[in-house]
Amino acid sequence: MLNRDEDILQAAENWQKAGHGVALATVVETWGSAPRPAGSSLVINDDGTFLGSVSGGCVEGAVVTEALDVIASGQPKMLEFGVADETAWNVGLSCGGTIRVFVEKVGQS
Amino acid sequence: MKLQTLSEVNVERAARRPVIVVTDTANGDQRLVKAKDIATDPLSADLAKQLRMGKSGMIEAGGKKLFLNVYAPTARLVIVGAVHISQALAPLARSLDYDVTVVDPRTAFASPERFPDVPLVAEWPDVALPPLNIDHYTAFVAVTHDPKIDDPALLHAFAHDCFYIGALGSRKTHAKRAERLKAQGASDADIARIHAPIGLSIGAVSPSEIAVSIMAEITAELRLPRETRKEQAA
Repeated sequence: MLNRDEDILQAAENWQKAGHGVALATVVETWGSAPRPAGSSLVINDDGTFLGSVSGGCVEGAVVTEALDVIASGQPKMLEFGVADETAWNVGLSCGGTIRVFVEKVGQS
Repeated sequence: MKLQTLSEVNVERAARRPVIVVTDTANGDQRLVKAKDIATDPLSADLAKQLRMGKSGMIEAGGKKLFLNVYAPTARLVIVGAVHISQALAPLARSLDYDVTVVDPRTAFASPERFPDVPLVAEWPDVALPPLNIDHYTAFVAVTHDPKIDDPALLHAFAHDCFYIGALGSRKTHAKRAERLKAQGASDADIARIHAPIGLSIGAVSPSEIAVSIMAEITAELRLPRETRKEQAA
């Protein structure tokens, strides 16, 4: 993938420097038909504002919720979404693929 | 991710230098590898491969699962010559995610009507090219067929580290061009960098087909390891 996520990481840096709690969620693995390739990312701040995407919009809501926990705890998390997953009925990927998303706090020591 | 790591990633990206962030997904440990340090890195083979493909992904090394996040600059295509082929080449290159710029001092050619939505520079190469900051992630093609425009453009490309240089013209035309360029100081190594006749040999006839052959050749140059390209050429 040629990187078009330019301003997302700049936004992450700007938010952090402006005093926000910020988390970065990145697609690290995909199986089957996944909407966004590994390396796609979503940044979230403590207002719940987010930029970028890790799927075609199917799981962003769940990722934002988890990211707020990560901002509070400082502990990174691995999330998995897919149709084989029990949560599929709630926030699965309609395309039938599986993705793993790594969520980490920006500014962790 | 540490703020310092994020800031460094952003500095490298702004300077159009590739950078890879290596994350141990078990505990979040992270380090940043700049392009110039890849060769001496313990993971150099994996890092070089992912960077060449412009692809992020997981690897296993030393019993750890590591995520390599590759930040490669957007590839660019500089087209010298706002000709018929360029009208097909510019949109094709954009659909392949290249940032495209068309340069031609002839304003009748370099017109927005002929190139809607494509950045155009209607100046001679000596004025137009320096501000473009041609770098390793730039492919460069000269397609005017006019030595007054193509020759200085190619000399500029030789002086910069673009990953691909192509020039339109038959073998005969190219032989004459090589002589002219050498008379202006180009070395044999410079001449050898030019892909001419331009594009993969697929029997292309129409401007759109020629555009396909050019983008196929540029893609091979960008993605295939050097050894594979040599085998195919042989």
